[in-house]
Amino acid sequence: MYNTPRPISLLLGFLLCVLAFYPLYGDLVFGSKASFFMSKLTTIVIFAILAMSLDLLVGITGLVSMGHALFFGLAGYVLALASPEYEAASIWYILPLVLLCCAALGAVVAFLTIKTSGIYFIMVTLAFGQMGFYFFNDAEFSGGSDGMYIMLKPDVSLGGIQLLNLDEKQTLYYLSLACMVFVYMVLRMILRSAFGQVLIGIHANEHRVKAIGYNTANYKIVSFVIAATLAGLAGFLAASQYGFVNPSQMGWHTSGYALMMVIMGGAGTIFGPAIGAFVFEILHYVFESFTDHWLMLMGAVMICVVLFLPNGIGGALLSLVQKKETTGEKNDG
Amino acid sequence: MDLATILIQLLNSVQYGLLLFLISSGLTLVFGIMGVINLAHGAMYMIGAYLAYAFVEWTGSLGVAILLGIPVMLIVGIVIERFLIDSLYSRDHLFQVLLTFGLILILNDIQSILWGNDTHGVPIPDMLNGSISLTDNMSYPVYRLAVSVVCLALAIGMYWVIQKTRLGMTIRAGASNREMVESLGINVRTLFTIIFAAGVALAGLGGILSAPLSSVYPGMGDNVLIICLVVVVIGGIGSIKGAFWGAMMIGLVSTFGPVLIPSLSSVMVYLVMALVLLVKPRGLFA
Repeated sequence: MYNTPRPISLLLGFLLCVLAFYPLYGDLVFGSKASFFMSKLTTIVIFAILAMSLDLLVGITGLVSMGHALFFGLAGYVLALASPEYEAASIWYILPLVLLCCAALGAVVAFLTIKTSGIYFIMVTLAFGQMGFYFFNDAEFSGGSDGMYIMLKPDVSLGGIQLLNLDEKQTLYYLSLACMVFVYMVLRMILRSAFGQVLIGIHANEHRVKAIGYNTANYKIVSFVIAATLAGLAGFLAASQYGFVNPSQMGWHTSGYALMMVIMGGAGTIFGPAIGAFVFEILHYVFESFTDHWLMLMGAVMICVVLFLPNGIGGALLSLVQKKETTGEKNDG
Repeated sequence: MDLATILIQLLNSVQYGLLLFLISSGLTLVFGIMGVINLAHGAMYMIGAYLAYAFVEWTGSLGVAILLGIPVMLIVGIVIERFLIDSLYSRDHLFQVLLTFGLILILNDIQSILWGNDTHGVPIPDMLNGSISLTDNMSYPVYRLAVSVVCLALAIGMYWVIQKTRLGMTIRAGASNREMVESLGINVRTLFTIIFAAGVALAGLGGILSAPLSSVYPGMGDNVLIICLVVVVIGGIGSIKGAFWGAMMIGLVSTFGPVLIPSLSSVMVYLVMALVLLVKPRGLFA
């Protein structure tokens, strides 16, 4: 899929506007809860970034990773550990450092896992994700299972002038939103490039791509590193928002939720996983508001999606649009 | 470490390894033959442990708990295979991962609804509640030995069933070429149900047997699942023999690792896995 069909582009544009103008109408619609919902939306937007980054692996390259949260959590830990104790870290060095660490770990994990495929890859990525979890869970320097606090949010200033104040909810909201759009653009660009075409080819039939003469292992490693870096961006934003990081953020349940967002939204569509993140988190919020056993309901939703909506919401939208197009052509003829 | 300590640690690691083998053999069996990854395997272990707790509370006997627990686990396995897994054979592993992940969330909540979130203990049966003295001041609990014996017997039994019986022959044939076996008139669908139920029962039995050794608590299946995945990855997916040696290796590493290199104790097991992957990406016995 090279181009998003027009109706879907319009829908996405509309949804983006709904998000972008939230600060204008939030107070009117949600009253006193508006500020709470803005934080909630920020969290969801960050998850959307995580889900889209995972889609590069799952939907585009065909590598099902069950350890993607490793990089999400690692970003938070790097932010917490590399920030000076009593002053805010400058974003100009802390963000590149965070992304670099995630890319480096991504390269190591990719190097070790890329020779495996299918079910083996799933198991191995899951195990490596848990290795990170137990490492931070048992390490004293990172606060064990309690995790670490990030007392002061990264400072965004240039030449002594503060450009953005990340302590303001609205600023962080718009920054996350901008990052989401940026990541979407980056992934679309990758998809259109020759590199992206090779990844799609690997997903469809790796043997053939190999036979043409591509070194598929290298392509897969690069794809894994890019996905890890983008997950790191999501983790950086998340840690900046919460003000803390703990091992459960990199646990395999988080990886499972991210995978669920991808499938729910439609793997391989890029925009789908973002929608999936919204649907997943909104369901989570609704279920949580009336029962303690919301996880059970989420589990049931997962099973239903697997059984009845394998192409996800994005896939359903695409086939709806395509059906309309074909019937339209028939009418013309 | 003196000799007696080493001996006791060795016994512990063998016992832990055998228990791990019991649990991971179910996982590797289901994957090797059916091509299904069952992430809910750890949850089955947890259910087994809670069943042990419930039945022991009720009847006071672990033996009865085993006799009642295994049929319950078999039924759970049959139901899950028939209603959920059955529709996934022809589809991507991704969907098996998600479906069984959803199953974990559901089973964890069912556990918390039925038994609450407290930690429970299961008493060691009186008959096995002694210890054998090894030296003047060191002894080894009988129950641990009994668990090892049971696991070893099951390992031998499993080997015998798979290598020497007609059922085992069909299982091996079904693993290597499903269509061919079907065309010979063997009902692979029933075979798959049997294997999945057996896998679930093995995990459940592992849970029942380890309930008196460790406490019974929510989410106890998660850790076990990950360790079993490591065992299966090290041994080679689908290989029972691999699961055995993988489990023994992990048993040794996780018993002696914390003593020898305490700082790396939590990640030691994974480092071993990484090492094996570097040398043999498809596992030791694949």
